[in-house]
Amino acid sequence: MSQTDIHSDIQKSILSQQKTENRRKWILNGVLLVLLLLAPFVMYPVFLMKILCFALFAVAFNLLFGFTGLLSFGHAAFLASGGYTTGYLLSNFSGLTTEMGIIAGTLVATVLGLGFALLSIRRQGIYFAMVTLALAQLVFFFFVQASFTGGEDGMHGVPRGELFGLINLEDNLNMYYFVLAVFLGCYLLVQRIVSSPYGHVLKAIKQNEPRAVSLGYKVDRYKILAFVISAALAGLAGSMKSVVFQLASLNDAHWHMSGEVILMTLVGGMGTLLGPVLGATLVVNIEYQLGQGPLRDWVDPILGGIFVLTVLAFRSGIVGEVQKFIRKNMG
Amino acid sequence: MRRWVENDNVDMVAGLVASSVTIATTKVLEENNKLGLVNGSAASSITNEHCTPNHIHYAYDTYPLANGTAGAIVKEGGKTWYILTADYAFGHSMEKDVTAVVEKNGGEVIGSIRHPFPTPDFSSFILQAQASGADVIALANAGADTTNAITTAAEFGVTQAGQTIAGLVVFLTDVHALGTEVAQGLQLTTGWYWDMNDEARAWSDRFMEETGARPTMVHAGIYSSTIQYLNAIEKTGSDDSQIVRKQMMDTPINDMFATNGRIREDGRMVHDMYLAEVKTPEESSGEWDLYKIVRTIPADEAFRPLADSSCKLVSSK
Amino acid sequence: MSMIFGVPMAVLYGQLLIGVINGAFYALLSLGLAVIFGLLKIINFAHGAMYMLGAMGTVILFDTLGVNYWVALFLAPVLVGTVGVLIEYFLLRRIAGQDHIYSLLLTFGVALIMQGILTNIYGVSGLRYSMPDVFKGGVNLGFMFLPFYRAWVIVAALIVCFGTWFMIEKTKLGAYLRAGTEDSQLMQGFGINVPLLVSLTYGFGVMLAAFAGVLAAPIYSVTPVMGSHILIVVFAVVVIGGLGSIGGAIITGILMGVVEGLTKTFYPPASSAVIFLVMVVVLMVRPSGLFGKEA
Repeated sequence: MSQTDIHSDIQKSILSQQKTENRRKWILNGVLLVLLLLAPFVMYPVFLMKILCFALFAVAFNLLFGFTGLLSFGHAAFLASGGYTTGYLLSNFSGLTTEMGIIAGTLVATVLGLGFALLSIRRQGIYFAMVTLALAQLVFFFFVQASFTGGEDGMHGVPRGELFGLINLEDNLNMYYFVLAVFLGCYLLVQRIVSSPYGHVLKAIKQNEPRAVSLGYKVDRYKILAFVISAALAGLAGSMKSVVFQLASLNDAHWHMSGEVILMTLVGGMGTLLGPVLGATLVVNIEYQLGQGPLRDWVDPILGGIFVLTVLAFRSGIVGEVQKFIRKNMG
Repeated sequence: MRRWVENDNVDMVAGLVASSVTIATTKVLEENNKLGLVNGSAASSITNEHCTPNHIHYAYDTYPLANGTAGAIVKEGGKTWYILTADYAFGHSMEKDVTAVVEKNGGEVIGSIRHPFPTPDFSSFILQAQASGADVIALANAGADTTNAITTAAEFGVTQAGQTIAGLVVFLTDVHALGTEVAQGLQLTTGWYWDMNDEARAWSDRFMEETGARPTMVHAGIYSSTIQYLNAIEKTGSDDSQIVRKQMMDTPINDMFATNGRIREDGRMVHDMYLAEVKTPEESSGEWDLYKIVRTIPADEAFRPLADSSCKLVSSK
Repeated sequence: MSMIFGVPMAVLYGQLLIGVINGAFYALLSLGLAVIFGLLKIINFAHGAMYMLGAMGTVILFDTLGVNYWVALFLAPVLVGTVGVLIEYFLLRRIAGQDHIYSLLLTFGVALIMQGILTNIYGVSGLRYSMPDVFKGGVNLGFMFLPFYRAWVIVAALIVCFGTWFMIEKTKLGAYLRAGTEDSQLMQGFGINVPLLVSLTYGFGVMLAAFAGVLAAPIYSVTPVMGSHILIVVFAVVVIGGLGSIGGAIITGILMGVVEGLTKTFYPPASSAVIFLVMVVVLMVRPSGLFGKEA
């Protein structure tokens, strides 16, 4: 056998390995999709939608934290501004179809995100976290005092309305498939972003910012764009949440919410695609399941314990650790 | 919550504390035609603009609390008022209610200040209220804000200097946390007091045995409303929310909790309320011996009149 | 009476004094944070919880053991400091050398645990603590009535703040501390037990928070969540002063107390937001804070 034959043989085997891996991925994705489509027949749809909304929120946050290396401690501001805007518009303008309300909410969060980004993007590390926190506090105080939010009482009775003026969203199943579609769309979008040349620059910035600068990238612009996309998706999550639950409240704007999304991302695995989704599912489930049982009053300490454990024992999160394990043991 | 109602076919929900949660829950109850008994929540909007045919607001709300206290103090000679208002919807509506009551009784509001919600330190605001020279400093806030403001007022010698503090939403647990030394002389309105008659005492002795604390009007309200609900089911033999509600509306309530109680068409349970004054440390014989009842406010006088209601269920609307 | 923007001068003096008193609390709390960050590079999100533990501890020590205020003033910070040393030894040490952000997340988790457990035991409606008899009453300054206790808060806080600053910046112990945390291997070589030094520094930082908690117990409502809100404010103060600057934290603390006090007089609705506004503006102009060294 000649050299070239050996080479082509190796190449072939690598190719076929990749093919089987790709096939595995497709099968996995297909199974997940079928499960998601069937889920509302087994589980309570509103609960599933809650998970999807928070999963989208975490995916949005992870784009900034996991892939760009910027820890925002103010993402609650986007969730809440999206939610309040959509809630306000749908409650007060009956001619508006649901998707218009959601788009408007997302836009407001996007603009707010741009503002945050311009003010904070030159700050590094912990200063960045603190500036975003301070800005989010300002937004929080605005929502507390503004009369349209209903203050402590919250905003209630947001109508779900009709999608495109056609599909009745009062029906939980319709609502579920709409939320699922939006979620999947956003998930694929983030996947595209991360694997695009732009996403590679983001990762380069995360790993070594000075090097990215010296390579001639306009780092600030890349970071601003990442921040704005992340804020927009977080706002979208908030908008959908207010439609699903028909209410928006100050809880969504509180800095604890910004902490919670960090927890979701961290537990699931930051910098991975599936991680935040898994993390959100886990945290929402823990909160809900504990909220039902005798440990009702222990939700906060238990979440705190998970925080501590994650930081100490598995910083790469569930998905990250599984990936490590696979890499170590399977070649 | 929504899940219990939609999936698990729960017929009745009692308790319900935070006003925001309550309002959200009542909407779900209305969609699903179940019945809710609200006791812990304070907002009077629950049976006003947010009323539904599917809940009953039982123990108290902010209207009689503010009304009873403010009215009584003006009548006793507190003519000029300064209001410390928590700067959010609840505080604003309270400020409006109090101003109306004060003016109706011939008093005057000479100033007000809106403090952030929540405020840990009230010294700055108390100082401004002191400088106003008003007879009465009213607290249009609740919970920790109220207790903080009262503590600070005592520290800065507000009452010694001749001004009166009027707490508008004050609970037994708040007074217990403050202690008689700080809270003495404070006037407040309550829907029920554990030591107010033999029946209440007997019931709260049982409560004390179980929990180690004296019950508040919320605890008593939950108990009483649940008993009323179960009685109504027994009488009608139905668990349909509207039949039960009708039966409850037709039954006057006189038990360990309420005197002259009845449920109005807007879902408000009206009953006699009481103006109480916090005892001095010398008068108080124990940790929970905190109030003396000064006056009984008749049911019809205490709550928001139906004529002023914006509830969709009130027939005149 | 002379007026400034519709506010009588007398009221204004009063507000300034009250601003300084509140600033003294901010100074004590932000000083602890600055010590912990400046020397250890740990972002202590459990600082508010430590403040709360100091106040709760004072009340609980009195209720269960009859410990009086003066003893509590020493005992509570020492106990909380011990808790801090344990947290450093068992938890924070394991992530030394990692990104600062992990220390933030870890201590945030610790704060959630402590706050949650105490909420379950004591509820959130506030514990009662009586003012020590010595401090009852006050003195009329002409423009305002100054309660004795508030005067004591200023004195006590300033003494502790100045003492801490002096110890770290001007004494040999402080020099060891700064050197030991900057180049631990070298100091280890000189025979200094650096890990112990680190534990003690963290313990000392949270002691300062607990001391502020004891001072707060007689005048604020003592609840398990009392530290959650003030934490964020104090963080803003430290960032304005320049993370890690000891003197900066003290001065900025008092300054922010005054700024907040004035806002409460002229435009109360903004008073809870004003410090964050100042922070945003300061960081725009001076990215490393008022007293921070350029990074």
